[in-house]
Amino acid sequence: MSYQFDFAALLPYWPEFAMGMWLTLQLSAVATVLGFVVGTLCAIGRADGPPAVKWAVAAYVEIIRNTPLLVQIFLVYFGIATLGVHVSANMAAVAALVVNVGAYTSEIVRAGLESVHKAQLEAADCLGLSRAQTYWHVILRPAVERVYPALTSQYVLLMLASSITSQISAEELTAVANRVQSDTFRSFETYIVVGLLYLLLSFVVRVAFWLFGMGVFARRRKLGTAL
Amino acid sequence: MSSTLSSPLSPVVSLSNVHKSFGALKVLDGVSFDVGVGEVAAIIGQSGSGKSTALRCINALETIQQGTIQVCGHAIHDPALDRRALRRDVGIVFQSYNLFPHLTVEQNIMLAPTCVKALSKGEARDLAREVLSHVGLEAKADQYPEQLSGGQQQRVAIARSLAMRPKLMLFDEVTSALDPQLTGEVLKVMETLAREGMTMILVTHEMAFARKVASKVVYMHQGRVWETGTGAMLDDPQTPELRAFIGNGL
Ligand SMILES: Nc1ncnc2c1ncn2[C@@H]1O[C@H](COP(=O)(O)OP(=O)(O)OP(=O)(O)O)[C@@H](O)[C@H]1O
Ligand SMILES: [Mg+2]
Repeated sequence: MSYQFDFAALLPYWPEFAMGMWLTLQLSAVATVLGFVVGTLCAIGRADGPPAVKWAVAAYVEIIRNTPLLVQIFLVYFGIATLGVHVSANMAAVAALVVNVGAYTSEIVRAGLESVHKAQLEAADCLGLSRAQTYWHVILRPAVERVYPALTSQYVLLMLASSITSQISAEELTAVANRVQSDTFRSFETYIVVGLLYLLLSFVVRVAFWLFGMGVFARRRKLGTAL
Repeated sequence: MSSTLSSPLSPVVSLSNVHKSFGALKVLDGVSFDVGVGEVAAIIGQSGSGKSTALRCINALETIQQGTIQVCGHAIHDPALDRRALRRDVGIVFQSYNLFPHLTVEQNIMLAPTCVKALSKGEARDLAREVLSHVGLEAKADQYPEQLSGGQQQRVAIARSLAMRPKLMLFDEVTSALDPQLTGEVLKVMETLAREGMTMILVTHEMAFARKVASKVVYMHQGRVWETGTGAMLDDPQTPELRAFIGNGL
């Protein structure tokens, strides 16, 4: 073994790495927010919707959970193109990630919804709250609080999985790495650096989720106990 | 307002020949009774005699197969019942409190007035303070339910119902989960409400409380109203079933 490491060769590319990280964060943040909305609506539809909605959500979840992300990304990318709509690779990447993480989110949130006791719904009903008000004020917050650790892991995973959107040439961190290593022929060093950068991103995402949770779940912040 | 034993002109609650089954199990078998304005009616009876089911039917939490139920002018048996309008008139308190664990005491109380009656946050907060002082818990406004004793949680649940200014309050064994001391503080709150003229129906195992506070006692047995009368009926039961029940219960 006489491999000579040469990280200095990568130095000139730091602005590109930084841009790649920034795009990865942006893709992930948008996909997280939209995926949470999609997944939560699906979970509610599956728990409380008419039979057709329940079936549609169940089919969506099973299809997504049993096909590779890469195939989903290509399907969304070429699917959108076939419709004659022109979107950037980044937009297509976000769309594909939303479709993917929405399915996983709906399963996690569904577990949360099921953890809310029926007596809570009855109490809300007896106070005169509408269905929508009950979901908003009584069900969703405790449900999401209970599955928040699982959601955090899922969205960290999403951020890591977004690397695969480099395949449709979204300019995120892995795409940058692919280009840098072919320019410099320093493949090993490049992927060591990129691996470390992803570690850093994971840490940032986890901290962000922790801070957000502290902001939203006031009871937990005050008492420090699980709901 | 004084409690009255004579039949009022239009009762607040009127059940007439109510039948209710869960599948093959007949739980209410022709139940009829009236509760007039300002009355306190205590429903007593063995476990499984249908007391909770009767209360739940009054609040449209169960659908009945036969008979009629009138509550504050709402026809509960009518499929076209306006549930939201009913909810404005009737409050219910359960054995298990059912406070919202992620909300403070004050937020628990403010929720329905802001959502259902469109009160502003400020108005709702004033209202919360008022009903909390009514149950002696102003100091607990910013606590979470898990920080309170069972008796305190139950008083918050009562305050939460009171904040909607109901015309009728239903209580289903609200002290059954509490030890004697905490039971006492909850019963005191209910006694105050009764004295202030609130129309109340309570399912209870507290015979002493029923005798003292109730203007009407309804003894249920096997899904029927077996015997009904004033609190004095507990001292002079007419049926062997009630005699046996009181014998066991005391
Ligand atoms: N949702 C339900 N499905 C099926 N059976 C039920 C349901 N609710 C009540 N029952 C049955 O109806 C009967 C009467 O129940 P109910 O709860 O009204 O009794 P209760 O008089 O309140 O008794 P307790 O003093 O134990 O609370 C019981 O046999 C019970 O098992
Ligand atoms: Mg009962």
